[in-house]
Formats: sequence, C-alpha cells, structure tokens
Amino acid sequence: MFNKKNPDLETGSSLITALQRPLERRLFLKYAGATAAFTGLILSGCSNDDDDTTKPPTNNEVVDPANNPNATDAVNLGTGDVGILNYAYALEQLEAAFYTRVVAGFYSGASTAEQQILTDIRDHEVAHRNFFKDALTAAGATPIPELKVNFTSINFSDRGSVLATAKAFEDLGVAAYNGAGKLLQNKAYLLIAGKIVSVEARHAAVIRDLINNGSFADNSVIDANGLDRAMMPLDVISAADKYITTNINANNLPK
Amino acid sequence: MNIYKILTEIEKTDPEVYDKLGSRREVFKHFAGFGKKLAVAAVPLAFGSMFKKAYGQTSGGLIGILNYALTLEYLEAEFYTMAVAKAPGGSAGFIPSGEPIGAITTIRDHENAHVNFLKSAITAAGGTPAAKPTFDFSAGNGSNNGPFADVFTNYQTFLAVAQAFEDTGVRAYKGQADKITDNAVLTAALQIHSVEARHAAHIRRMRGQKGWITGKDGGNMPAATQAVYNGEENTNQAGVNVATLPGSSVNIGTEAFDEPLDMNVVLAIVDPFIV
Repeated sequence: MFNKKNPDLETGSSLITALQRPLERRLFLKYAGATAAFTGLILSGCSNDDDDTTKPPTNNEVVDPANNPNATDAVNLGTGDVGILNYAYALEQLEAAFYTRVVAGFYSGASTAEQQILTDIRDHEVAHRNFFKDALTAAGATPIPELKVNFTSINFSDRGSVLATAKAFEDLGVAAYNGAGKLLQNKAYLLIAGKIVSVEARHAAVIRDLINNGSFADNSVIDANGLDRAMMPLDVISAADKYITTNINANNLPK
Repeated sequence: MNIYKILTEIEKTDPEVYDKLGSRREVFKHFAGFGKKLAVAAVPLAFGSMFKKAYGQTSGGLIGILNYALTLEYLEAEFYTMAVAKAPGGSAGFIPSGEPIGAITTIRDHENAHVNFLKSAITAAGGTPAAKPTFDFSAGNGSNNGPFADVFTNYQTFLAVAQAFEDTGVRAYKGQADKITDNAVLTAALQIHSVEARHAAHIRRMRGQKGWITGKDGGNMPAATQAVYNGEENTNQAGVNVATLPGSSVNIGTEAFDEPLDMNVVLAIVDPFIV
C-alpha cells in the first residue's frame, strides 16, 4: 500500500491522492477498465492526468484491513529502469508467495492436472522472482527487500477462492508488464519484460480456462480491437494493495 | 518464388524499397543467384537481413514492422476464418461443436480485430497497409498439397498448425518489441502480443499439451514446425542463468521465459504458407 506518512504522497500528484481514497480509487479503476476498450492509450494517459481536483488525503482515510500496524517502513522502488525492475520484482514476489502457499496445501478436490498446473506456475513465478533479484544485483542496484504479504482474504482450501485470486494476479501481471514496457529505457530489459509477460499471459489463459473453459481471452480483458489490458504502475500497485502489507512507495517510478 | 511476391507487395506500398535495398536489378539478380546456388531456406534469411537494412532505424521502420505484423495477422485471420467456415457447428466432423468451435471462433475474432487495428495504425502513421497475400495453409507454397494438406479436414492437423501460428506470433511480436521506437505503438504491440500468448496456451491445451513451452519441444508437433521452437531452450536471461536459480531447473528455466524470433526467421517459417 502507499505509505501514508510519505510527504511526497501528501503533496504529490492528484492521481495519487485519488488512489489513496478508497471510493475514488474504485471509481478510477472502473473507469480505467472502461478505457481499455480504446486501445489502452487513454489508460496510460491517466497516470499523467492533472485534471483531478480531489481534496488532500488525511492519514486516516485509507482503511485497509490488510494494513499491518508494524509495517512502518516503506519500500521505495526507486527510479528509472531500476525502479521498474523492482516493481516487477515486487509483483513476482507476490505471485511466488501466493502459489507457494497454494502448492503447500492444495484446496480440496484439486485434480492431478490442476496440481500440476499450479505447481508449474509456482515454479515459473519463483524463477521470475529470483531472476529479478539476481538481475538487479547484477545491474549494480539494490533489490527491494522481501515484501510482507497478506493473504487473509483468500480461502486456500477453496478452489473458487484460489483460482479467482490466481486469475486476478495473472491478468494484473499481464497488464502490468504491458504498461511498463514503454517505461523501460534499456532495450535489453524491455526484451526481458516481453519474455516474461507472454508466460504470464499463458498462465492467465490456463487459470481462466480452469475456472470456465473458453474464457482464456474473454472480453473482460480483451477489448474490441483485440488488445489485452495495459496498466501503469500506480494503478497496478493500487490493485495489488490489499495483498501486500509492506508499504510500497512507487512515487518515483517513471510515468 | 514467393520472396519476389513479398518484394513486389512491399514495392506497392514503398516504391523506394529498391533504393533502400540496392537497385531492383541487383536485388533480383542477388536472389536469382541464391535460388540457384543456395538452399531455399537461406533465401528468406538473406531477405530478412536486407529488409532490416532497408527499414532498420529509418522513419519507415515503424511502418515496416507494422506491415510485417499485419501480414502475420492476415495469415492467422484467414486461417481461422476458413476453419470456422468449413466446420459450421462441427457438422463436418472437423472442429467439434461446443467448446472447441467456441474457442476457435473467439480466436478468429481477435485476429480479425488485429488486422483491422493494424491497418488503422499503419494508415494513421502515414503508411499504406500491405495487401493481403494469397495463402496456402497446407504449407505447400501454392500447391495446396504441402505437409498439412489435410489442415481443414483433420482436426489434429488444424490444431497443430494453429499452435505453430500462435507460438510463432508470440515470438514474432516479442522480436520487434525492442525495435519499436514509438511508445503508443509499443504498448499496442505488447497488448496484441499477450493476446497471442493467451491463444497459444489455449490451443496447446486443446492438443493435450502444457500451456507453456518446455525446452525447444513443441509438444508432439509435426517435424516441419521445429523452427517455431528452436531457441526456446535458452536459459540465459540478462546474464542470469535461470536454470540454476534456487528451486529452478532447465525445464523450469525455459518454461518461465518465452524467446523472441527475428523477422527473417519468422518470414522463413511462414514462407511455405504464402503463395
């Protein structure tokens, strides 16, 4: 979640203040989803939108059940390409933690095929997570620390709850990489993002088909132009917010 | 030879193509020589390198990439359109009714949308959309009697070709991502790219395969499609060997990252399908 004590956020762009207010955040995301029908270009423009005039947030305004009172240290993703890599690292940490928990004790009635799929995806997400940690280090940057996650809203013994969460994470991951591509300056990192996003899309399709065969690319994610979603980092982190206890400061990422 | 036809098509939309490649006479002389002396498979390779030279970093580069994407989308769109038309409701026993024909119809609609989207994008960028080639989905270069001659009567052949097209599409878009200098176009290309990956995963599972690619194994695919998967065995990502990361393995490392394909390789793959 956003660090509510971060002065940058208090005085930051109006978008962020809007995102910090739960009701308006929901409206924003709803709006963002609708604009995806127009190629996503409008969606990406939202992050630079200066037109919102919302009142400044107060420290009490975000009421998040996932908020851990101990999580006072905000993780700053940083700037530039390193910031985007840390952002991807954060998302992969979330996914890896989720599937690790899923595989540690499958929901009742999980078929052999489902167990294999979820184990494969766990392996892929763990590989993505560990890759980013090493790649950031290799680039001379400091990877963000391990995030604290909050999965209290997920019923890991229930197939519907697990698969719905998996679907949300995979679709979000696809939209996140699609949106982040243009923010990367180093073309080698852009290629890496491309190599990962299609695997996330494969995951999304398979998970969706487990829920409802044929929904691998339905119109809840694919618009009339046949385009998948693309979301900007602040919107993605906002959507993932309830599952992450650690405060994440994404305010310095490229926009 | 269809390379001539591709060049001719490009000439229609970019009359200066030969200025970029060299004189028309030199170009055709060049290819004629290749045709005699080298394996046919090498020709698209040479063409690709010339194409890159011609369109590489110029303002025409974006249009070139978009027309390349458009050509691949034409291929997919017509493929699925013909398949659905030939198997209405599965009455021919070709594509089973219910979920199978439903999925293929969904994919067909996306590919047609991609064609229209790319045409609009090319026009908006000041270019002229390439014309739709004539296709031979048997991969027979116009003979309609290639290795996939039963593509529209044999469901398994159809699915194998579909998988090859989708997995190629994913690799083709990925191969261009770092060459697109326009942010809006890059984002749109990525948004198409992930849709192709969703399609690929579904088609693969219709064939009883995993949704992801292990090593360079297409998964019980015809030998003729191996070029689609060569290179997928890579585990070195930005200097990190993902096969040796904690909890990983060679298989996991290859599955977790899809690999790009250069334009010349993709053109060689689709070459037998273009008359």
